[in-house]
Amino acid sequence: MANDPIHQFHIKTLVPIEVGGVDLSFTNASLFMVLTVLAASAFLIFSSSSRGLVPTRWQSLAELSYEFVAGLLRSSAGTEGMRFFPLVFSLFMFVLVANLFGMFPYFYTVTSQIIVTFALAMVVILTVTIYGFARHGLHFLHLFVPAGVPAALIPIVAPIEVISFLSRPISLSVRLFANMLAGHITLKVFAGFVVTLSAAGTVGIFGAVLPLGMTVALTALEFLVAFLQAYVFTVLTCMYLNDALHPSH
Amino acid sequence: MAGETTATAGHVQLMDIPATEHGAGFPPFDPTHFVSQLVWLAITFVILYWVMKNVALPRIAGILEDRRDRIAGDLAEADRLKRETDEAIAAYEQALAEARGRARSIAQDTRDKLKAETDAKRETAEAGIAAKLSDAEARIGQIKSSALAQVGEIASETSSALVEALIGVTPSKSEVDQAVKGAMN
Repeated sequence: MANDPIHQFHIKTLVPIEVGGVDLSFTNASLFMVLTVLAASAFLIFSSSSRGLVPTRWQSLAELSYEFVAGLLRSSAGTEGMRFFPLVFSLFMFVLVANLFGMFPYFYTVTSQIIVTFALAMVVILTVTIYGFARHGLHFLHLFVPAGVPAALIPIVAPIEVISFLSRPISLSVRLFANMLAGHITLKVFAGFVVTLSAAGTVGIFGAVLPLGMTVALTALEFLVAFLQAYVFTVLTCMYLNDALHPSH
Repeated sequence: MAGETTATAGHVQLMDIPATEHGAGFPPFDPTHFVSQLVWLAITFVILYWVMKNVALPRIAGILEDRRDRIAGDLAEADRLKRETDEAIAAYEQALAEARGRARSIAQDTRDKLKAETDAKRETAEAGIAAKLSDAEARIGQIKSSALAQVGEIASETSSALVEALIGVTPSKSEVDQAVKGAMN
């Protein structure tokens, strides 16, 4: 049972809450959402509290995150895109901190829940759609008719563009969810091999060295993936926001 | 309790996407806690968004802006100082060039003045020499003519003595003079 690689994704109710017959319990997932938000907020607020002209290490890190996300947004959506900066930055910090929290043993990985990543993706897509229509009206539909396409091809191209637009929230959420889920399962499986093999006597203990090395390597890889997926999520968010700002490609 | 029925193969669970009612399926696809997760995500994410938008990001933006302003100010100050230095150097070089020009003109003036003085002195000296020369020449001429006059007299006396010795007759002085003058011319 302890070796069940799926066990880590189980949601346990910590504080049962029920509102109007709907289960809104405070679960371990909720707990780690709260911790994620607390950690991200504490990091950015305390590190910048001295407002030093010459930054400390922590302040430097906070400035680095700020300029990193600001650079991403500005380069793909232009200066106009900076109006979405708080949203993009919050998404980046939430996903990044949640992913990194997942790397701690016994910590719950919030982003390994499809419903969570899907909700985050929907926040992006709804922002794009609502802002796009509010700002450009029906002109926003030009998004589905790329400039320079011959009129004869529009009946073929437009449905493709519509499908690609509709698949964005799915690809955005599944990419993050699947990466976190698969990574954690793989880690757990290899770590489980170490336990199983070492229980099988002397030969097993020596044999366990291999999966142990694999686990160490995978842990390093998972840290990379944790950052990379937050980065990818942010970059795609910036590109989708660019569509809302400049629909005619 | 989870996976008791499928304990033999955990990966089979991955394929069994639909969950049973009591949440024994693959947890990420188990809708039991979807509403709770969504609600808690909404609460936490809105708080994060609010904190980022109203506290953290303005503060960091302020820090970055202050630094940018400070650097731009310092650069402007450095630029101003450099311009001042350049101006001072230019002024110094101009003063130097002027002084050099003035020195040259003073030297030229002095040289001209000395030359003029020397020329004047030489001219007076030359004029004096020329006057002395003409004086001398005049005197030479005088001496020469008086000598020549004496030559005629000596010739007459000599001729008269010769004639007397030859023929024993003393010729008249006027005759001898005429004859000598004729011979000499």
